[in-house]
Amino acid sequence: MTTANPAHAAATAGAAPAPITRPDAQVHFGVFFQGVNHHTVWSDPRSGSQTDFASFVHVSRTAERGLFDAFFLGEGLRLRESHGRLHDLDVVGRPDAITQLSALAALTSRIGLVATQNTTYNDPADLARRLASLDVLSGGRAAWNVVTTDNAWTGANFRRGGYLDHEDRYVRAEEIVRAAQAIWDSFADDAVATSRDAASWAQPGSVAPVAREGRTLRTHVTPTVPRSPQGHPVLFQAGDSPAGRTFAANNVDVIFSAHGSDLDDALAFARDVRRRVVAAGRPADDVKIFPGTSFVLADTEAEAREKQRWLVREQVTPATSLSLIGQIWGEDLSHLDPDGPLPDHDPVARPIDGTRGAARQGADPTAIARALRTRAEQEGLSIREVVIATDRGHNGFVGTPDSVAERLIRFVRTGAADGFNISPWLVPDGLDDIVDRLVPALQERGAYRTAYEGTTLREHLGLRAPLTRRQANGTERTAVGA
Amino acid sequence: MAHQPLVVAVELDGFGAHPAAWRASTERPDAVLDPAALRRTVLAAENAGFAFATFDDALTTTDATAHPAEVAARLDAIVRASFAGPLTTRLGLAPRVQPRSVEPFHLAAQLASLDIATLGRAGWVVGDDDQPGLADALDRVVPETPEARRQEVRDVVTTVRRLWDSWEDDAVIKDVTTGRYIDADRVHNVEVTTATFSVHGASITPRPPQGHPVVIAPEDVLDPSLADVTLVAGPDAEEVAFRAERARRQGATRVLAEIAVVLDDDTAPGAGGQGNRGSAAQRLAALDAHVPWQPDALRFVGSSFGLVALLEQLAPAVDGVRLHPAVLTSDLRVLTRQVLPRLHATRLARAPRLGQSLRDVLGLDRPENVFSRKDVA
Ligand SMILES: Cc1cc2nc3c(=O)[nH]c(=O)nc-3n(C[C@H](O)[C@H](O)[C@H](O)COP(=O)(O)O)c2cc1C
Repeated sequence: MTTANPAHAAATAGAAPAPITRPDAQVHFGVFFQGVNHHTVWSDPRSGSQTDFASFVHVSRTAERGLFDAFFLGEGLRLRESHGRLHDLDVVGRPDAITQLSALAALTSRIGLVATQNTTYNDPADLARRLASLDVLSGGRAAWNVVTTDNAWTGANFRRGGYLDHEDRYVRAEEIVRAAQAIWDSFADDAVATSRDAASWAQPGSVAPVAREGRTLRTHVTPTVPRSPQGHPVLFQAGDSPAGRTFAANNVDVIFSAHGSDLDDALAFARDVRRRVVAAGRPADDVKIFPGTSFVLADTEAEAREKQRWLVREQVTPATSLSLIGQIWGEDLSHLDPDGPLPDHDPVARPIDGTRGAARQGADPTAIARALRTRAEQEGLSIREVVIATDRGHNGFVGTPDSVAERLIRFVRTGAADGFNISPWLVPDGLDDIVDRLVPALQERGAYRTAYEGTTLREHLGLRAPLTRRQANGTERTAVGA
Repeated sequence: MAHQPLVVAVELDGFGAHPAAWRASTERPDAVLDPAALRRTVLAAENAGFAFATFDDALTTTDATAHPAEVAARLDAIVRASFAGPLTTRLGLAPRVQPRSVEPFHLAAQLASLDIATLGRAGWVVGDDDQPGLADALDRVVPETPEARRQEVRDVVTTVRRLWDSWEDDAVIKDVTTGRYIDADRVHNVEVTTATFSVHGASITPRPPQGHPVVIAPEDVLDPSLADVTLVAGPDAEEVAFRAERARRQGATRVLAEIAVVLDDDTAPGAGGQGNRGSAAQRLAALDAHVPWQPDALRFVGSSFGLVALLEQLAPAVDGVRLHPAVLTSDLRVLTRQVLPRLHATRLARAPRLGQSLRDVLGLDRPENVFSRKDVA
């Protein structure tokens, strides 16, 4: 909300003329489903069920028709609250990600299936095995989006409670990821008998028990799932702090970032990530960057902007505007008039806990509030108007399929991003015009695949072998997708 | 026939219940990792008209090198059941999960998601927690005494049921006038505290179509009064009937007998290993020559007619059976071709109909929600 930064302005004006460093780079898409935030419009007559399996089937199949790399499910392990009460204005309720993706694996054949899974409140042996099982049954299409939410508020739903210090969230994350990799590597490539007449089902000694003792975890386990056709589930990471970026550079394949609207911001983020990746001893292009984004498409630029104005008003209802202001001020402001002025006092001093649903993690509420007040006073805006004017819903691409395609190509060819993770604002049809109109516009420009070339997610993303499956000299030990 | 039709369920893990089943299977040894093989198996079970399928599971094995002859790989049961969901339309799907190996909060969401994706066909076979290697595999201290373990199983089942109730059925209101998607008064924190864990909030997943997916548990794992379906095992039909009666006295709602089956299989020419064809006794002897098998359950070895006769004999004592085919590619096929059609023709059993939930198939009511009940009181 603080970054009032209409993306189309930044991208069309091309604030700084970034050089085209990768003239052949292709645009890749993933779909992030479904966001439990005010950007998903549930009130529109076209809006269907947010939880019925059929909605998930429609979105995943549409994405596969559009040759997307991946279908993502987010995760939040406690229902969002505002002022101690269930937050009731936005979409609520999601399936368990791995369970849902396992069902979708049976109905899709190529698209990657990404499960956002928390590192703090999962058991390493159990989580590694569920991910590996999905990876095997989907023919090598699974990924783990590694998130670290560690607060005691979420921990109240789990056996260990809020056991982990915030500073240790990435210590735990690294320990659980490394334990998972060891579990995924426990079977030798030729462990399983190829004939019923073999002396034994598994070659003796071909399944290595895993023993890990770390600062935050311990497990001694004989794993039961061999590697999939892609070697390991692909690792994604979503987390923006310096510690999060370093963790990503050391461990993962893809970053799901929040830097995808402003080209300069995206470039700065990409440079920072590549510096960390090289420092970690990996090739600079070893980690792909997929910013989250959304699209508003129409036949003309004017229509697209009109549609965008309509959309933001649907997203920021009068009640939502008061709720968002209440989150900044730290008090229930639902009694205020959304068409009236902002409160004239400063917020109560306290840290905003970003994982309760707000994206302004760590930001200073007093500074945010003052900036909003200044803007409202200067432009004569009401509460709802100033929320609309500064809403993050602006942070997407608005335009005709052709103009949006040009801007996306610029992002990937300047190295600001490798792909985009799209949050549709309408369920279940929100991806349809993207697949029917934007994907062809990209294909006409030679910037988007016209068929899946591989079968695994690792192949779609153009990744190398898993980190633990490379030899010291950089060559790959196994043929990926074999 | 005076009594209700029998519910006939089938266990589909691995290559079959016999530890040497992989040698007699017509599937390749790596078929336990093959989505196409899983698809074939669940479709066979659905087309045969089984009421539901179960998927055995364990988080770990004991050291695989200690039992090199046995199959050392197995995919997570919830993942398998969920994959089977959209491939089937009538078959109930019940993964086996050890209560100790999971977070109750995650398990409630996983089973609710399976129930939503299958439009009400999910069950949960409550696993036996006394599994070799499990305590070492888990990243936490676990209760070790048998009584503490039993108590934890009870607590997990009760908590998971509360989590399924944490959303009332009509919680989503989509009230455009007030801008409210959900009625916050119809979503409840579960506020559970037990000896070994606590759970504060409501589930992240709405109440599933069945209210509660069907909780299925062996009599020695969970008190029959806390299960929807109690599984009883015994060395012979008399003992099974006795235990079924005992489980009912302890509050069991539905009782299913566990039966391991090895059937005469002279129908299949061609494919397969040496153990694949012949009389049931010959097949069993060939399998046992690789690894001897001592199932806990009542074991039937013989013709399909003999099995039907056994089921007739058990019918007054139990609500149904769970069959454990020794070798899926042999015994499941014989069950499909010779046993289930006979059971259906004589009305001893009935295939699930399209649109029935697993509760419907079992004749179980959809449970009331503990939280809305409190409102009424
Ligand atoms: C684009 C993006 C998407 C995220 N999605 C999720 C999510 O679905 N579930 C979740 O628990 N956390 C999510 N997070 C939160 C992060 O994973 C992480 O836990 C949090 O940002 C703390 O890490 P940090 O301090 O490195 O930022 C997301 C973060 C970003 C940047």
